[in-house]
Order: sequence, then C-alpha cells, then structure tokens
Amino acid sequence: MFAYYLDLALRSFRRNRVLTTLMVLALALGIGASITTLTVLKLLSGDPLPQKSARIFAPEIDPLTAASTTPAEKLWRDWGNLMTYTDAMNLLHARKGVRQSVMMLTRAKVTPQEAGQHPFYSDGVAATADFFAMFDASFQYGGGWSANDDESRAHVTVIAGFLNDKLFGGQNSVGQMLRVNDKDYRIIGVLKRWAPQPRFYSTSLGGRGYGNGDAVFLPLQSAFADKMNPQNVNCFDTGFDIAQLDTAPCAWLSLWVELASAADAGAYKTFLSNYVAQQIALGRMHHPDVDLPDLMGYLAQQQVVPDDARLQVNLAFGFLLICVVNTVGLLLAKCLRRSREIGVRRALGASRGAIFAQFMIEAGMVGVAGGVLGLIFAELGLWAIRHQPAEYAKLAHLDMAMFFATFVVALIASLIAGLLPAWRACVVAPAPQLKAS
Amino acid sequence: MQIQPILAALRKHKIPAFLIVLEIALACAVLCNAVFMIGQRIAEIHLPNAIDENGISVIGVQGVNPDTANADIARDLAALRQIPGVSAVAALNMYPLGNSGWNSDVSTSPAEGLNKDSPNVAEYMFTQGGPETLGLRLLQGRLFTDAEYADSKLGANYMPSTHVVIVTQSLAQRLWPDANALGKQIWVGKENGYTVVGVIADVLRPSQNGGGIAHFHWSMFLPVSPAAGIQVYLVRSTPQDRERIIRDGVTKLEALSPWVVVDGKTFTDVRDKFFANTRSMVWMLALVCVVMLAVTAFGIVGLTSFWVGQRRRQIGIRRAVGATRAHIMQYFQTENFLLSTAGVAIGMLLAFSINLYLMQHYQMTRMPWYYLPASAIALWLLGQFAVLGPARRAANVPPVVATRSV
Repeated sequence: MFAYYLDLALRSFRRNRVLTTLMVLALALGIGASITTLTVLKLLSGDPLPQKSARIFAPEIDPLTAASTTPAEKLWRDWGNLMTYTDAMNLLHARKGVRQSVMMLTRAKVTPQEAGQHPFYSDGVAATADFFAMFDASFQYGGGWSANDDESRAHVTVIAGFLNDKLFGGQNSVGQMLRVNDKDYRIIGVLKRWAPQPRFYSTSLGGRGYGNGDAVFLPLQSAFADKMNPQNVNCFDTGFDIAQLDTAPCAWLSLWVELASAADAGAYKTFLSNYVAQQIALGRMHHPDVDLPDLMGYLAQQQVVPDDARLQVNLAFGFLLICVVNTVGLLLAKCLRRSREIGVRRALGASRGAIFAQFMIEAGMVGVAGGVLGLIFAELGLWAIRHQPAEYAKLAHLDMAMFFATFVVALIASLIAGLLPAWRACVVAPAPQLKAS
Repeated sequence: MQIQPILAALRKHKIPAFLIVLEIALACAVLCNAVFMIGQRIAEIHLPNAIDENGISVIGVQGVNPDTANADIARDLAALRQIPGVSAVAALNMYPLGNSGWNSDVSTSPAEGLNKDSPNVAEYMFTQGGPETLGLRLLQGRLFTDAEYADSKLGANYMPSTHVVIVTQSLAQRLWPDANALGKQIWVGKENGYTVVGVIADVLRPSQNGGGIAHFHWSMFLPVSPAAGIQVYLVRSTPQDRERIIRDGVTKLEALSPWVVVDGKTFTDVRDKFFANTRSMVWMLALVCVVMLAVTAFGIVGLTSFWVGQRRRQIGIRRAVGATRAHIMQYFQTENFLLSTAGVAIGMLLAFSINLYLMQHYQMTRMPWYYLPASAIALWLLGQFAVLGPARRAANVPPVVATRSV
C-alpha cells in the first residue's frame, strides 16, 4: 500500500511541477535557516568539559569596599570569579577541593631562537599546577609543573601543539628553551590539541569567548615575578600601585575548583562563606555574599552566548513557521483541486483512513525532499558563517546529530503541514464529486 | 466595489482565507522586528565619531622595555614625524573602536564617591599633538597647553598627575545636564581630580564596555608625557598616504628596537573590524526579510490561483451577465486587500508582543510606533503585487465558460 501511495504522490508531483518545486523550496529554505542557526547556537552554548563540568565550580566573592552599593549579583555578572591576589591565594592554599587552580591571561611575546626572526605575540596563560589535570588538557610530550615549581618560581613552560608545530616542526621539544617576554623558560610539556569551546576560563580574565586555544602556559608565580601583566585588572579602591598587584585592591585572578562530586558543592560553599566571614571579622572584606555556580551555571551567568546567535535562532524558526504555513496552503490547494480523484477513489472502496494516509505520505515526501535540499542550504549557510569575522566562525560545522535533526525537523514540519489538507481530503463526500463529472 | 459578495464568498473558503491571513500576519510580525533590528544596527554603525577617521593610521608597539619606555616613545614619535606626508603624531593609551581600553567609574566631587549609578567613562590619554592627530573638534573652552603635557606624569595607579581634562559633549551632558561643564570637576577615586577645560564633539570609546549604545560617547581626554602604557602611535596624513606611511613607520620602529612587535593599520580597517559582526548581522537579517517576503508572495499566488481555478464558472457567469474584465480584477484585488488588512491587523499586534518579549530577554529597546504601519503598508503592497497575476488570469476567463457544463 505504501508503495502505491508513493507512486500516487510522485504522479501528483509530476502533474504540478511548479507548485511542488515552490513547496519544497520554501520548506528547504526554512529548514536550512533553522539548522544553520541551531548549529551555531549548539556550538556556542556547548559544554566545554562534558565529562566533568558538573564537578567544576567557580567560587565568587564580593571584595568591594564598605562604601560600595553594587549588588553582588551585578558584580559577579561583570567580573565573574575574579579575585584579588590575597583571596585567590588563601582559597588556593586551603586546598578544599580535589583540585584547584588560580590563573590569569597574559600577552606572551615569543622570540624565536633563530636570529633574524621577528618576535610575535601569542595568548598566554599563567596558572597554578592543577590547571592541566583539572581542565582535561592532555599532553603530547612531557607533562605539567608541580605546586613546588610554582612556589619556587621555576622557569618552566608548557606550550600548545600548534606552537610546537610552528617553532619546532612538531618534534618533541621538551627540554628546549623558549624565550617568553624576554625571559628564558624551559619547555617541560607539549599539549595535544586543547581548545574547549566556549573558553570558559578566559572570559572573566579579558580573553575571547571562543576560538583557538592558548599557546603558552607558565607557572603563575614565575610569570608574576617576571612582571607579566594580566589582561584584565579591575580595581575597586584608590591609593594603589599597579606595579604591586599582589597587595593592590584589584581583582585580576580567577579561581576554579574541582570537587569529588557535585554533592560536595554545599560543603564548599559553607567553607567559602566561613572564609568571607573571617575576612570581614579581620576588616579586609565587607560583603558576606558568596556564590558557587558550576561550570554550566557560570557560563549562563556570564551570558557567554552572544544575543545575536539566539536572536538568529528565533528569527529562523519564525521563518520556518511561515514556510510551514505556506506549505499548508499550497498542499491544501493541491488536494482540493483533486477532489474529483478523491471521489473516484472513495467510490471504488478506499476508506477515509486510506485517503488520509495517501495525503500524509505525499506531505512526508515533500518533507524528505525539503530535508535533502534543506541540508544543502544548511551547508551553504554554515559555509557562509565560516567566512564571517566572528571568533567562533571557523568552528561552524554540521555534526551527525544536526544532520539527522535536519530530517526530523523536515519530516515533522511537513507532516504538521500535511495534517489539515489530508483531513480536508478524507472528508470529501464522494457522491457530489462523481455527479459533477 | 461591493464588499458584501466578497465576504460571502470568503465565508465559503474559510480555511484558505485563514491561511492567507495567518501567513501575512506572521510575515508582518517578523518583518517589523527584523527591520527594527536592522535599523538599530545601522544606527550603531553610523554613530557620530568626531575624529579624522580617513586620515588616521594606528601603529601599535608591544614589548617596550618599561625602564626605557619614556625615552623610547619620544624617540619613536620623532622618527614617525619625519616620514614625509605625516602632519601630526601622538602616543595614546588606546584609540576609538580599538576594543581594549582603560575605563573608570567617575564622580563629580571627592565627597560624593561612587555608587552603582556612577557613569563608567573611557579614559583617553595622549601626548602632545594628540588633539591635532585625532582631529578633535573643540566646541567650548580650550585644548591643553604645552606645559600641561610636559608636567603630567603617569602615576602608579595608571592615572596622570595633571589637573585638567577635556570631555565629550555627551559626557558633559550626562554629568552636568543643566550647567556649563567648563570649570567643573571629574574625580577618579578620591585622589585624582580633574578640572574640565574643554568640551569636544562626541568621540566613540574603544568598545561599548557593556554599557550599550547610550554610553558609547562617554569619553574623557587627559594630557600625559610619554610613559610605558602610552604606546599606541596615531599618525595623521592624507588618506592616500596612509599605506606608505604605515609601511615606512613599521620598518623604522622595528629597526629602532628589534625586540618589539609592531603592528600598523589604518583607522578605516579598525572601524571595519569593529563593526564586522554587526554588518554581517544586518545582511543576514535583510536576507531573511527578502526570502520571507518572497515565500509569502508565492504562498498568496498559489492559493489565489487555486481559488481562481475553482471559480472559473462563476467568473464566466459574471462576465456573461455584464461584468467587465476590470470588475473581475477589482474583485480579486479587493478580496486580497481585505485579507491583507486582517493579516496586518493581527500581525501588528503580534509584532508588538514579540518586541515586548525581546525587550525582556535581550538588550532590545521599544520599537518606535511607525515601524508597525510601515510594514503594514509593505505587506499590503506585497499582497496586491502577488494577486496581480492570478487576478489577470481570472479577468481573462471568457464569458463562454458559463455556457459549458465543465
């Protein structure tokens, strides 16, 4: 029966080529736009550490002066988990998490060893030892540094795979020296490709939200001792010396904590509250508010996903809705025009269910065709997006899930569009149609 | 034209009529909001920026040795000034639309202090020659004197020791809405107070800094002598000399201190890069609007054609009893006008609610009322245009059809 309905549908398409093309084209455009924007949104709102994001937390405190009237929620939205040096170090050394790391971003000037080559700037991270293990950054060669290296200001560095390719042709460069900001560092590790999207650890530190991974990783204390500047400094009181950031009333470091399980968050939050209460008692701090969002909660709070990306999804689905309504209209026009054919089929014994099924299959075929063409439009759309200037542009590719989603969306859209025409078709009374002819 | 018979006929075709109304309503709602968003973004791109955008080149230097920075920067500026065609040179801490900058919350007296409504202001600092290089337009008061540049040292908290400041018109308006800004004071914290000596036409900040368009012109300008941190060089020339001057400048600076990283670009490039995302959003919105209107138009053509085909006999009878071709045309045009009217009425309501929703969930302002009638007119015209073909086909139905039984 199914094959017979397919054949009927094909015959009907052949009879109304223009109308059919229009229907498929409109549906495909709507689906192409929706899938393109959904792919981008999925990319932008993805989970950067899918295995463990529920156990990674961003402690947030309010270091502002007693006079400040800024609500803590607003402060955290602007600053995220930024802290002063004192607070970051106190919380780091308390070691209340399974792992914890304090970090900043810095512009790292890399001077190639060969004479005559120009130095260049790349993205640098200065962090304490747990950074790599906590954020699942795995090594191609060598490994990271220890807490002792950090405290003793060891001149060691880890570089990204792409920098290793650029400087050492992809060879094992562990043991080689690298000149960073005019200081010599010994390479102890080379990372495999590591570029979590979004770059969750970077946004509060003044870095990009998406795009390439960082190139150079240094122990925090070594970088600080070598006077490397953080990318983002937020000062909240006067009378400080920017050259003495460790004592200045400025927030410029961020702290991330990994807990054994998400259930431990309550205990850590209590610890954080107690810490702040103790600092208030000492007169160092003035506001008791603390927060401990997990990684995904933190990204939501920071509104990392650009408004434009979400607006585009809304717009695309609005457009798809218009296309579906359009398809309903055209399918309806087509099937009402075939009232006589329906009358004949009914008179020859086809049940209402059979007529309904026939027209739903016809609608479904429009959907499948729309899906295939929509897929082409989506690939075109993503190709166009990859040529956009946005920092996430290069990452916009259709994945398996979205590939299947295209057909699911197409089929659902066309079947919804087919419901009304199919229903109108199956309630056609056979007698008047036969009489008319 | 009588409307009564049209309404009677539509009552017999409730579903197709309803579909046309729905399609027009949805198109109207989306069109309103999309066009509004396009308008907002175009307004953002065209915000006034009273500097010589076409004559400025930006040469950034990174990796300056902080111990010798003061002398190095003075030497670099002298070298750049010698390039033929350069009319002015200055070192700045940042530049408009450069995307990274120094900002502070400010107050108008040390006693007042900061609160959550204190405006966040971009702090431009430049060495002597800054106003001439940027091409600032003085509206009131004066620019800085030579001594004010020479005496102003960059402090440990990255604020200059000077006591004078120039503000943009918008910032003056924000801080002293009812008074003349000249002679008033701006305080950054409790130690750095500056007296306003000049008001200039609006200059954009390095970025919106989270404040949105309303804060985009809140900038102040301070004089400073060369220091580490004040290391973006701006060079002014005629537009056609820019490329050559950038090339020469970069070569010269790299030769002077081989350890630094020099990067040169025209301000036109800076602007293009800053607004690249905004521009691509405008194109995408415009594309969606066009395609959506096309789909809507085809939908109207399809349904109307179907319904003309169904009524061939009735049309033939009308023609046989005396209706002219024009009458038939008018019939379908009026019918479409009625459907469009219902569509845009619902559509405007929908557009307004979508705007309210977007205002709640996105950084969106209220849509001015005139967007509603404007897109209503657009859809009326679209409907009339779409119905033209089917209506003409209907008008061509010969009266003889009435006499045939099929």
